[in-house]
Amino acid sequence: MMQFMLLFSRQGKLRLQKWYVPLSDKEKKKITRELVQTVLARKPKMCSFLEWRDLKIVYKRYASLYFCCAIEDQDNELITLEIIHRYVELLDKYFGSVCELDIIFNFEKAYFILDEFLLGGEVQETSKKNVLKAIEQADLLQEVPMGRTK
Amino acid sequence: MSDMVERTLTALPGLFLQNQLGGPAASRAPFFSRLGGLIRGVTALSSKHEEEKLIQQELSSLKATVSAPTTTLKMMKECMVRLIYCEMLGYDASFGYIHAIKLAQQGNLLEKRVGYLAVSLFLHESHELLLLLVNTVVKDLQSTNLVEVCMALTVVSQIFPREMIPAVLPLIEDKLQHSKEIIRRKAVLALYKFYLIAPNQVQHIHTKFRKALCDRDAGVMAASLHIYLRMIKENPSGYKDLTESFVTILKQVVGGKLPVEFSYHSVPAPWLQIQLLRILGLLGKDDQRTSELMYDVLDESLRRAELNHNVTYAILFECVHTIYSIYPKSELLEKAVKCIGKFVLSPKINLKYLGLKALTYVIQQDPSLALQHQITIIECLDHPDPIIKRETLELLYRITNAQNVIVIVQKMLDYLHQSKEEYIIINLVGKIAELAEKYAPDNVWFIQTMNAVFSVGGDVMHPDILSNFLRLLAEGFDDETEDQQLRVYAVQSYLTLLDMENTFYPQRFLQVMSWVLGEYSYLLDKESPEEVIARLYKLLKSDSISSETKAWLIAAVTKLTPQAHSSHVVEKLIQEFTVSLNTCLRQHAFELKHLHENVELSKSLLQGAQNCEDIVVDASLSFLDGFVAEGLSQGAAPYKPHHQRQEEQLSQGKVLNFEPYGLSFSSSGFTGRQSPAGISLGSDISGNSAETGLKETSSLKLEGVKKLWGKEGYLPKKESGADDKTEMPHVPAEGATMENADHATTRKDQAQGLTQSTEEKEKQLLASSLFVGLEPENTINLLGKADVVSHKFRRKSKFKVAQSDKTPSVHNPASSALDSDVARGDDGCLSTLETRDSELSSESLAELPSVEKLSGVSSPAPSLFADNNMEVFHPPSSSAPSTAASLLEEDPECGHSCAMEVCSNDSVSVSSYKIWKDDCLLMIWSVTSKTGSELTDAKLEIFPVENLKVIEQPGCLLPGMETESSKSFQYGVQMESPSVEGTLSGFVNYQMVKLEFSMNLSLLDFIRPLKISTEDFGKLWLSFANDVKQTIKMSEPRVALTSVLTELQQKLRLHVVDVVGNEGLLACKLLPSTPCVLHCRVHADEVALWFRSSCSVLSDCLSCHCQKVMETS
Repeated sequence: MMQFMLLFSRQGKLRLQKWYVPLSDKEKKKITRELVQTVLARKPKMCSFLEWRDLKIVYKRYASLYFCCAIEDQDNELITLEIIHRYVELLDKYFGSVCELDIIFNFEKAYFILDEFLLGGEVQETSKKNVLKAIEQADLLQEVPMGRTK
Repeated sequence: MSDMVERTLTALPGLFLQNQLGGPAASRAPFFSRLGGLIRGVTALSSKHEEEKLIQQELSSLKATVSAPTTTLKMMKECMVRLIYCEMLGYDASFGYIHAIKLAQQGNLLEKRVGYLAVSLFLHESHELLLLLVNTVVKDLQSTNLVEVCMALTVVSQIFPREMIPAVLPLIEDKLQHSKEIIRRKAVLALYKFYLIAPNQVQHIHTKFRKALCDRDAGVMAASLHIYLRMIKENPSGYKDLTESFVTILKQVVGGKLPVEFSYHSVPAPWLQIQLLRILGLLGKDDQRTSELMYDVLDESLRRAELNHNVTYAILFECVHTIYSIYPKSELLEKAVKCIGKFVLSPKINLKYLGLKALTYVIQQDPSLALQHQITIIECLDHPDPIIKRETLELLYRITNAQNVIVIVQKMLDYLHQSKEEYIIINLVGKIAELAEKYAPDNVWFIQTMNAVFSVGGDVMHPDILSNFLRLLAEGFDDETEDQQLRVYAVQSYLTLLDMENTFYPQRFLQVMSWVLGEYSYLLDKESPEEVIARLYKLLKSDSISSETKAWLIAAVTKLTPQAHSSHVVEKLIQEFTVSLNTCLRQHAFELKHLHENVELSKSLLQGAQNCEDIVVDASLSFLDGFVAEGLSQGAAPYKPHHQRQEEQLSQGKVLNFEPYGLSFSSSGFTGRQSPAGISLGSDISGNSAETGLKETSSLKLEGVKKLWGKEGYLPKKESGADDKTEMPHVPAEGATMENADHATTRKDQAQGLTQSTEEKEKQLLASSLFVGLEPENTINLLGKADVVSHKFRRKSKFKVAQSDKTPSVHNPASSALDSDVARGDDGCLSTLETRDSELSSESLAELPSVEKLSGVSSPAPSLFADNNMEVFHPPSSSAPSTAASLLEEDPECGHSCAMEVCSNDSVSVSSYKIWKDDCLLMIWSVTSKTGSELTDAKLEIFPVENLKVIEQPGCLLPGMETESSKSFQYGVQMESPSVEGTLSGFVNYQMVKLEFSMNLSLLDFIRPLKISTEDFGKLWLSFANDVKQTIKMSEPRVALTSVLTELQQKLRLHVVDVVGNEGLLACKLLPSTPCVLHCRVHADEVALWFRSSCSVLSDCLSCHCQKVMETS
């Protein structure tokens, strides 16, 4: 099961955080700080996996943004990389060639997409089409009563 | 108020000049929204301080807005998003949490969605505000709007208060029948969440899980696999019947039968495949029959995953893992090995890393794999990525033996010096210390390595390392002169280290030094005690020394003082520290002062090395019993430990009970939960004895040494070691170069050939030193027998353990299969026994522990029991002839079931087993002659050590033994005074050969049920003053009293006197007649045990065993 997912920029600014295990705020901050530091210190050609405390960290950089997941000992690192990739694909399709700014300014949308893709730390729906269909349904139902168009 | 924010934001310079932030994307951002403004503002700032100021302003304005009554829900939604942003930046926005809940409750769809999101981001599952969300969730689950239902299910699957699960559970169960698959899928995931946080709450809906597994939509089925993975992990034997279904599903997935929408980059449903592979790995572990079902599909998975894409590698990796987890099949293993090769040799660093990981995992089963990849391993050892390096070291750690230990430990130390992360240091230091202790080639190396460990690991390392090291020095090994040399070298080395100027050592290291100097510096001739004291004194005066270390130093000085002739330093020290502000140091100083003044006393106390004998400590404080009894007789309340008081308060307090009444204690619940556990225990153990290797390594855990290959692993015997060093390494090294030849040439420039070749040579040299002793021919012969190479450093205390560890491997396969029978929990063997002997009354079954019964099967002739009116279970075989020996022959199936070989040589082997007789412990020793020649004049002698007493001793002379026959002797044993354990040793003497052995007996062997009435129990209870209480937390959230009592009755031979509500009374006696009574109470997931006995050791020891039994049950 995925323990948490962090998105942060090359400057170390946190862009998104999703915790699937209950932790105190203090602990979360400490973990975030430590991991951002560790990951940013890694060189580009290095391995995407880290062993950190008793967890495994899988991270990948897309443009200026780092996607970083913590998984348990028996989880598969490579498939976690694909989870990250699928999430990026979803964001890309939703925003239309996504960039960091889309996520900065529409982080709540990014959360909605994530919740439709991963639920409680496990993959819920792998089909790109289905995830976006669910999101659009919710978007539409909301947008219409507000009299706005997307 | 919100206007003010607007003004503040515009006032900030350059705030809206951030258009250049980005091209097209920026234009998509809501330009003038407050959130956009805030984000721009934050991005524009350069210092952390300014950011803090801005956010604090923002937060205070938000605080005012959200609590203002005029704020509309639409504004509230906007505020929530800003609050989420502030929290993400690390600022506290807890004032808004309640409003997030309100928004989820009151808003329209749009607002509700944000409200739920904010709740799931802000709160955690034990947050008290979460209770307020329950009603909203219940309402939304009943909504006719699909989107609302989805939102409610999403939030439930992320956070939900455990105690409120019953409120929504029926609604969610209904959703499993919903027509939309997205709802069904989310409902299954919500149940998965419930299973994780409160497994007992969803116990009754296991059938619904099965339905979800058979759902027509593959997505719902995939979701149910999450639950199955967890359930199977906990209890693999309970789901073996599903194996075929899982195999079928995987076959269909691999065969591309699923709709295209499940494919990922043209690989069919990789997530589903991986999940299924993991499940199969768990099901097939140690189970040949189940494993056979999956060989085909695994083979196909390997074959199909040929596409060169990350995701196929993910599947391959999982496949390899599964193949190595389940019962082995050589054909598949071969393919898996090839597959690992693909990973290891891949130029992609991620794959290489995983290849190393897989190698680390399988290398214990097949060490020759390391030889195949030795060049790659060596390259990875110098890899620029520290993660790769570390994994390589992990791999080397697994293949360390006495011949390559120096090189490997050196590599580990190199890495250690570079790393700064505490977690890594602790881990690595522990491994180095372990390897050094196990394989050290000589004293100098050992001490130097440990010096490095102490100086780097210092104050972060595990404290056990220090105490192990000191104990090793103190207790010594088998050879006394060797021990002295080691101590002398340690002293010398520490004195040199202390003489170095301007070096600082960790406190722990200094403590080690001071202890060793205090104990052993008398062994040095040239160094006088005065000089050592002077050095210690110098350290004492240093500022960088903690007071704990100072106490160690003063203790060392105290030990040295009687040997010193002049003592002005000691006097100075006394003067200074008797006025120390630290009370502990002051006390030490006063002690030293008194000893110093009384030379006779100090000489008698602290003379030489003979003062490290064990001191017996009465941990149960039984010397206070009289005092306590006096207090109690004067009406004082009996002492209750803190946790018990707390628990009693809890149980008395008015806590809402969300459990339906009477559910958890129903007998159906009890058997339902209990019996699978019993079976799983059985299969685990039987697998273990038959397939030790698989069992040990089947998880990817990197911690701890797996002792699959024995401590020396695949080592050649010591005598042949020297030859190996000169010849063996070259053969495999060449082989590997051949294999890697094209790899190397394509990669490397031909022009650099010359320099390359010297580099290659260096690598080969390194390879030969690293992979010494891994040749397959060494490994084969070691599979079958316990290895004989002894450790250089083996602590005496460990010796017994090691010996008993080895015994299972000495067993022949037949007997180990029977062992598994013995070990297969109560249920399993009860039923088999019952079928074997149907006239057996169920009462005697209940009264007698399973262990006893099984040894009963194996043993005794009726004559043994003839004069006792005991209720020992008489198996059908008990009508067999009268000596145990002949019984062994006539009924070999039973005879070996509990027998254990205690010693043997080429011609004779001695095995023994126990019979728990009602009035004593009966030990049966059977001597077997193995050789073809006749054994004459053999003699068996047993003598108890410590407080055991042999009460019946038959003649022990073996007048003459025929070829390959055995003869048995029975000894009745009693414990004279209660103690935790005792040892019986003995020897067989024949034709000038003496074969010694010893056997440990635990207190448990002498515990018998005490059958008394409830009134007698009450009387006994009041008459005893020795009280031991203990609360054991169980893994199950609800413990059934009946299962606890059965457990205690069967495993510890306690008699259940009475059961009152959720409390049980038990009684037992320690042979010959020391009673102990036990009160047991079950509350939620805790079992509170209260022992009383006339003997404190007895209650202590029983309490300890109870804990063990509970924890393993």
